[in-house]
Amino acid sequence: MTSPQPRVGVLRFPGACDDRDALWALAAFDAEAVFVWHTEKELPDLDAVVLPGGFSYGDYLRCGAIARFAPAMEAVVEFANGGGLVLGICNGFQILCEAGLLPGVLRRNESLAFVCRDVPLVVERTDTPFTARCEEGQTLTIPVKHGEGNWYVDDDGYNELEAQRQVVLRYEEPVNGSRNDVAGVVNEQGNVMGLMPHPEHAVDPLLGSADGALILSSLVDSARARFLTTV
Amino acid sequence: MKATVLVRPKQGILDPQGQAVESSLRQLGFSVDGTRIGRVVDLEVEAADVATAREQVEQMCEQLLANPLMESYEIELAEPPA
Repeated sequence: MTSPQPRVGVLRFPGACDDRDALWALAAFDAEAVFVWHTEKELPDLDAVVLPGGFSYGDYLRCGAIARFAPAMEAVVEFANGGGLVLGICNGFQILCEAGLLPGVLRRNESLAFVCRDVPLVVERTDTPFTARCEEGQTLTIPVKHGEGNWYVDDDGYNELEAQRQVVLRYEEPVNGSRNDVAGVVNEQGNVMGLMPHPEHAVDPLLGSADGALILSSLVDSARARFLTTV
Repeated sequence: MKATVLVRPKQGILDPQGQAVESSLRQLGFSVDGTRIGRVVDLEVEAADVATAREQVEQMCEQLLANPLMESYEIELAEPPA
């Protein structure tokens, strides 16, 4: 190990299924990745938090609606409000929207069908802690696998988002009915991001694409930079 | 006190579930339009009077039962017989 390892927490809810892939991928990019159980009231000392994909609490009521009230999520909201880096993937994105940390809501796919395939994404912003390793306008290939990825905000909300450049990733083609093909957004401050595609499933050419590595390693870079400023 | 909450997709919000059911109804030969699918939540709330109960159920709707970005809700309260 040549560089200091930032510590990244991966939240584990009952019903999560991509937690181990996320942990493995973060460790592969030289982070000290640790699980955080959903009942924890306080987070350990972390430089970033990842909310992984899955079906937290069975996605009862609405996807992400119950997970939002987990004790660990209250700690994550506090962490995010204090400027901490938070990345929500798929169900993690849904939870961040329900928690009010990100704008919008994820609805049932327009087709009503579960969509599971590699999709092309355009990077709209590279000045975020999650996309610094990408190039503006670059096309990434990353898989999606969701039944509820149809992101929506009303007209006023969308115009505000565009004005503040909060759309970070956009599908190159329609995937789920998402408004203006939005695939990933950041909050106004830029420290919280959510996306429906799964970067943790695209970290090695053997998996069909390694483009997800650009997002996760950007996150680890940013977490490391924060870790170094606090040492 | 018994309360019934009706949660509906807001007007203008795409409801693919309703569309799918509508097309099935049409295949069955029914002439239908504007099918929308929502949710019913029945619950019992402990409250001294109807006004307090309504206030509590409204908070439940705002905080959890509905997502105001895409859903509207209606509350019905059944006052217990005097």
